[in-house]
Amino acid sequence: MSDPVASYLMHLNAMAGGLFLLAAFAIVATRQMLGCLRWFVVQALLLAASATVIGIAVGSLHLAIVAVVTVVTKAMATPWLLRRTVRRELYSRREISQVLNIPTSLLVAAALALLAYAIVSPVAALETGAFVEINLSVGLAGLFLGAYTVAVRREAVPQLLGLLAMENGAFFAAVSIAPDLPFIAELTVAFDVPVTTLVIGLLTRRIHERVGGTSVGLLSALREK
Amino acid sequence: MALIVLLLIPTAVAACCLAVSRRAAGILTVIGAALVLILATRLTGRVLGGGPRVALDGWLSSDPLSVLILLLVAFVGFVAALFSIGYVDRRHGAPVAAKDGYYPLYNLFLLSMLAVPILANIALVWISVALTTLASAFLVAYEDTPEALEAAWKYVVLTTLGAVIALLGVVFLYWGMKLAGGGPFTWAGLLAAAPKMPPTVLWMGFILVLVGFGTKAGLAPMHTWLPDAHSQAPASICALLSGVETTTALYAVLRLFPVLTNAGQTEAQAWFLVFGLVSTGAAALLLVYVRDFKRMFAFSTVEHMGIIMVAIGLGGQAHFGAAYQIAAHALVKSFCFFAAGAVVLTLGTQEIASVRGLIRSSPPAGMALLLGGLAIAGAPPFAVFMSEFAILKAGLAGGHYLAVGLLALFVVVAFCAMMRHVNRMVFGQAGPAPVVGDLPASCVVALVLSAIPVILFGVYLPSGLDRLFTAAAAVLGGAP
Repeated sequence: MSDPVASYLMHLNAMAGGLFLLAAFAIVATRQMLGCLRWFVVQALLLAASATVIGIAVGSLHLAIVAVVTVVTKAMATPWLLRRTVRRELYSRREISQVLNIPTSLLVAAALALLAYAIVSPVAALETGAFVEINLSVGLAGLFLGAYTVAVRREAVPQLLGLLAMENGAFFAAVSIAPDLPFIAELTVAFDVPVTTLVIGLLTRRIHERVGGTSVGLLSALREK
Repeated sequence: MALIVLLLIPTAVAACCLAVSRRAAGILTVIGAALVLILATRLTGRVLGGGPRVALDGWLSSDPLSVLILLLVAFVGFVAALFSIGYVDRRHGAPVAAKDGYYPLYNLFLLSMLAVPILANIALVWISVALTTLASAFLVAYEDTPEALEAAWKYVVLTTLGAVIALLGVVFLYWGMKLAGGGPFTWAGLLAAAPKMPPTVLWMGFILVLVGFGTKAGLAPMHTWLPDAHSQAPASICALLSGVETTTALYAVLRLFPVLTNAGQTEAQAWFLVFGLVSTGAAALLLVYVRDFKRMFAFSTVEHMGIIMVAIGLGGQAHFGAAYQIAAHALVKSFCFFAAGAVVLTLGTQEIASVRGLIRSSPPAGMALLLGGLAIAGAPPFAVFMSEFAILKAGLAGGHYLAVGLLALFVVVAFCAMMRHVNRMVFGQAGPAPVVGDLPASCVVALVLSAIPVILFGVYLPSGLDRLFTAAAAVLGGAP
C-alpha cells in the first residue's frame, strides 16, 4: 500500500476516533431518551467506520465482517428491539433523571477520558503504530464513559445504553490491537449484544409493570438497614 | 465424546421443557441433570487416569481443574433440579400448562455453567460466563416481586458491566499472545506464551479480567449486587448462583495465576492476597449486621470467594487447600440455600428475627439450618473447616504470617457472627412466626442427598477426590 493512502486512512481513523469520543460524551449528557439512543447509534456507526478503515489498511477480512455485523446488530437490531420492548420509555419526553447535574457530569467524564489516556500510554509506547495509539485510548475512554453513564443515570434505558456504549468502547480498542481477532468479535456482537438488549429490555418492561416506573436508581428496598 | 454429550443434554432438555407442562419439565430436568452428573463423574475418572481429554478438534478440553468445577456444577445442578420440583410448586401454585420459563431457563443456565470449564478457547469462555448472567436474569426475577425485580436489575447490569470490562481484558490477552508469536488462544496456550508476552499487556489483561469477572464472582468491593440477587431468587436458584455460578466466574480469574507466575510476575501473589483479604474482611463485618438469613449465606459466599483468592495467593501447598475450599464451598453453600428454602417453605419468612426455636416448630428445617450453618461457618469436623485449616497451615509454612493472621481473624469473626444468628434461629425462644406448611417430598430428598457430602467430606475424603484436588492444585501451580 502506497504512503499517501496509508496516511489518508490514518487520518480517517483518527477522525472516527475523535467523533467516537464525542458520541460517548453525548450519551453521558443528552437529556432525552431518544437522543441518547441516536447518539448510541452514531457511536456504533463510527465503530464500524474505524473497523472498515483499519480492515482496509491491514487487509483483514475479519474486520469487514465485524463492521457489517456491528451495523446490523447495534445500529439496526438494538433500536428495533428497544422499540419493541420499551416503546413507552423511549418516546417519553421527560428529562432523564441523573445523580449529578450535566455540567458536573461532563467534568467528571473529561477527567475519566484523561485517565484513560494516562493508563494507555505505557502500552501504546510498545511500538504498535498509530492505529493502536488512537483506538486503544479512545476505546478505553469509551469504556470508562459508558460505565460512568451506568453509574450516573437513574433510569433503565440510559443505563442499558451505557452498557452497550461500554461494549462499543471495548470493540473500538479491539479492532486495532487484534484485527484478526478470531470469531469472538463476530460472535459477541452478533449474539451477546442483542441478547443483552432483549433481556434488559424485557426486565425493564417487567419493572415498569410491577413498580410503575423505571427509575431503577431509586429502587432501594434491598440493603442493610 | 462425553464432553460434547455433556453440553447437548441440557440443550435438548431446555428445548423439550418449552413444549411440556411445568411438572413434566421438572422431571425431565432432573433426569437430564442426573445424566450430566453421571457423565461428569466418569469424565473425572478418565481425566485423573489418563490426562486431559479433548473433543471437537480441541474446541472442548478438560484438565483436573476444569473437571473439578464441572463435577461441582453437575452435582449442584442435579440436586437443585430435584429441590425445584417441590419448591416452585409450593411457592408459585399448581403447575400451569407451559408458558412458564423456569425450567427452560434453568437448563440454559446449567448449560452455560457447564460450558465455562470445558470450553478451550478463552474467547468462548468469556461468552459462556456472560451467558450465565443472561440465562439466570429471569430466574432471579422469578418471584416477580418489586424486590426480586430490583435484585435482578442490579444483578444483570453490574455483572454485564463486569463482563464488558473482562472482554477488553480477554482482548488484551489475545494481543499479548500475538505479540509473543501466536499459538492457540487457550489456557494452555496462554501459559506457554506468557514468558514472551510484554508484561504491560499481560498485566492490563489480568487486571481487567480480575475486576470484570471479580464483579461476577462477588469479590469486594464489587459485590454489592450479590446479597440482593442471592436473597431474592428462589432457593433452588440461589443454590446454583451462590454455590457454583460465582465459582465458575472465579475459575477464569484463577486460571490467570499460573500464567502470571509462569511469566515471572510474582507480584500476582500480592494482588490475589489483597483482593482476597478485602473480600473476606468486608464479608465478616457485614455478617455481623445481617438481618435476613438468605443474605447471611450470600455474604458468606463473598467471604469464601475471598478465602479462595487468598489461598491461591499463598501458593505452594495452599493450592490444595484452594481446590478443597472450592469443592467444600460449592457443596456446603448449596445445602445451606436448600435449608434456607426449607425454612422459607415452613415459616414463609426470610427475616432472622422472625425465626426462633425452629428445632421445635419444624425439626427437619431446624436440623438442616443447624447443619448448614455449622458446616458453612467452618466448624470442625466439616469440610470447610478442613480446607480452611489446610490453607492456614500452608500459609504459615510459607512464612506469610500477616496474611494468615488476618485471614484467621476474619474467619473467626465470620464464624462467631453466623453462629450467633443460627443459634438464635434454631434454639431461641419460640417466636411469632407460625408454621405455614410442611416440606414437599422432593425437597426432603434433595436436602438428604446434598447433606451426604456435607457430613462426609470433612471426616472422610474419598481417595479419588483427594487425587482430584491434588491434580487441580498442580494445575493452579502451573503444571501443563
